Amino acid sequence: MRKKMKKALEMEPVSLPAQSRVALCGGTHGNEMSGVYLVRELQRQKLEKAGSVTLTTVISNPRAVQVCKRYTDMDLNRCFTDAILSSPVTDATPYEVRRAQELNTLLGPKGSVEAMDLVCDLHNTTANMGLSLISYSDQDWVILHIYRHIQRKITSAPVRFILLDLPLADAYSQDSLGKHGFSIEVGPQPHGVVRADIFNIMKEAVDQTLDWVQCFNSGSAFEGGEVDDVYTFVKSVDYPRDPETNQITAAIHPQLQDRDFCPLHPGDPMFLMFSGEIVKYEGVEVLHPYFVNECAYYEKSIAFHLARKMTLTIPPLQVKRD
Amino acid sequence: MEGREVVLPTVSRVALCGGTHGNELSGVYLVRERLKRKVEEEEHISVVTVMSNPRAVQQCRRYTETDLNRCFTHATLSGPVTDKTPYEIVRSQELNTLLGPKGSPEAMDLVCDLHNTTANMGLCLIAYSDCDWISLHIYRYLQRQMSDIPVRFIHFDLPLNEAYSLDSVGKHGFAIEIGPQAHGVVRSNILSTMQEGVQQMLEWVRLFNSGTPFEGGKVDVYTMVKNVDYPRDFETRGITAAIHPQLQDRDFCLLRPNDPVFQTFSGETLKYTGTEPLYPFFINECAYYEKGIALSLARQRSVGIPSIRSEREGEQGKRKSSAEEMEEEEEIKGEMEEEGYQKLMEYGEESDSLNGQYK
Repeated sequence: MRKKMKKALEMEPVSLPAQSRVALCGGTHGNEMSGVYLVRELQRQKLEKAGSVTLTTVISNPRAVQVCKRYTDMDLNRCFTDAILSSPVTDATPYEVRRAQELNTLLGPKGSVEAMDLVCDLHNTTANMGLSLISYSDQDWVILHIYRHIQRKITSAPVRFILLDLPLADAYSQDSLGKHGFSIEVGPQPHGVVRADIFNIMKEAVDQTLDWVQCFNSGSAFEGGEVDDVYTFVKSVDYPRDPETNQITAAIHPQLQDRDFCPLHPGDPMFLMFSGEIVKYEGVEVLHPYFVNECAYYEKSIAFHLARKMTLTIPPLQVKRD
Repeated sequence: MEGREVVLPTVSRVALCGGTHGNELSGVYLVRERLKRKVEEEEHISVVTVMSNPRAVQQCRRYTETDLNRCFTHATLSGPVTDKTPYEIVRSQELNTLLGPKGSPEAMDLVCDLHNTTANMGLCLIAYSDCDWISLHIYRYLQRQMSDIPVRFIHFDLPLNEAYSLDSVGKHGFAIEIGPQAHGVVRSNILSTMQEGVQQMLEWVRLFNSGTPFEGGKVDVYTMVKNVDYPRDFETRGITAAIHPQLQDRDFCLLRPNDPVFQTFSGETLKYTGTEPLYPFFINECAYYEKGIALSLARQRSVGIPSIRSEREGEQGKRKSSAEEMEEEEEIKGEMEEEGYQKLMEYGEESDSLNGQYK
């Protein structure tokens, strides 16, 4: 314990520019309803400034929202890689690719100085994941301090951090447009449904994010320390499938269902075949599943993701004064 | 009811339907597995297994053009078909040929249609009659055999020709509705529950057909009274509130005047303004947002069911004359009215509506 504390104390304080321009995006997937209604409500309230913060609210995929589907041609939230953002547009270009390029103009350009300071993208999942923040970097101190702030303030749901280890050019989701960005993922909620309890959790997370940003901008010093419940993506596991039809031949086992982030040990059940057999986890390392039985991932050949659990150390952070 | 045993024809031909809504996956996988194993003929019973809406199943959507499970009214089944006719109407007429025709002696004896709901409804049998003794005895049998999940019976008071769902095609019919399960997702425990429900139902039919008598008694039934829509924006028609956290997941818990019903997106609580306490169900069913239904409300009552057994060999030859049958029905009705029941609806006949309109 003393070694770790010393490590934290040894981290040099960091100062970063004020986060003045924040974007809040909902309806990136048109049937993930908390974000749709939260953004609409903020637009109804005409909320454009929150203290020192200029807030841009966006319904990312209006066509998909209109028909209450995840997407119309292809998944918008896979269209933000450098490659897709810079690809030429023809009549054959899917709607979501065009829209991604529009959003890149509005909130980016990705990687440039004009980009939004912070992009926060709102999502729901059918998996029992409570409140999860998802991001690409284990050294983005703004995001990690926001995470710690939310974790301390929110008691109505478990709060966790999921790390996707990808370089910026390959980062495919909308939150990668901003200088800093993360997704807020809240579940479980069926797609197409809005649950008040889930909506309230998401609203609280957004409020606490804006609260932290305003404190940061006004000069508050945030002490360094450790953040736990950080999960780094390792690999995905697909359902057992029929080799001819590719249809799934099993469901998530009842002992795994709803147990996102609980450790999966070698020998633990993963799937219950429709024919009755149990398929067990045969990995050697204890890993932590998440996105367990996410509806939209059946077509992506993902039954769940597996992650390593870790703790990160963050430095003291304060806004950079000119 | 005591001493009065009702003799009914055997339930020899049963249809089991899944994928009537293509994203309600318990029924889809149950039907797929049965079709793979080619389970059909067993002792005392023949079971036809049907994937009702294969196109919707293929796309994992509720429907492609129109809700198949609203296409079984007499009007829709007898309407003309052109190249503009929606797929689901063409399909409902196909299913009517296969499992019906609705209202005729050739129809399946029993049609059981498998559904899921995002609402926390446990296992519900849903039917149009509260005096179809076959359905009600199956209900009581399931309630006694299945201890892990609440089992309930929901009655929609509609005459046969207005009955719009697939189960109305058979001489007897009901939907098995199990929730909560997100559409497009298969939960192992929900699938197991549906498998058990189907198994127990078929077991009851086997026992009934082999001559087992089933004693009468009383069962609780929920009769649909009305639907309640979400509050909506006057211009856009978008919803402005969600089901209140204190009502969410509380299907079949009594809703009293002034209980919270909705929470607006700006944080306000809206209360139940009705005067009669009623039982809510289909609370926050995903597919009902577009139908203008946030929840449905029902009255609960106790229904007496007579003892029943199946016709024996030779009993068919001794069919009562229609005059004798009518006299017997009048006697049963009289007994039921003595016990407080208000109508008898025989298969194929029109009936007076109960107080409490369905709309």
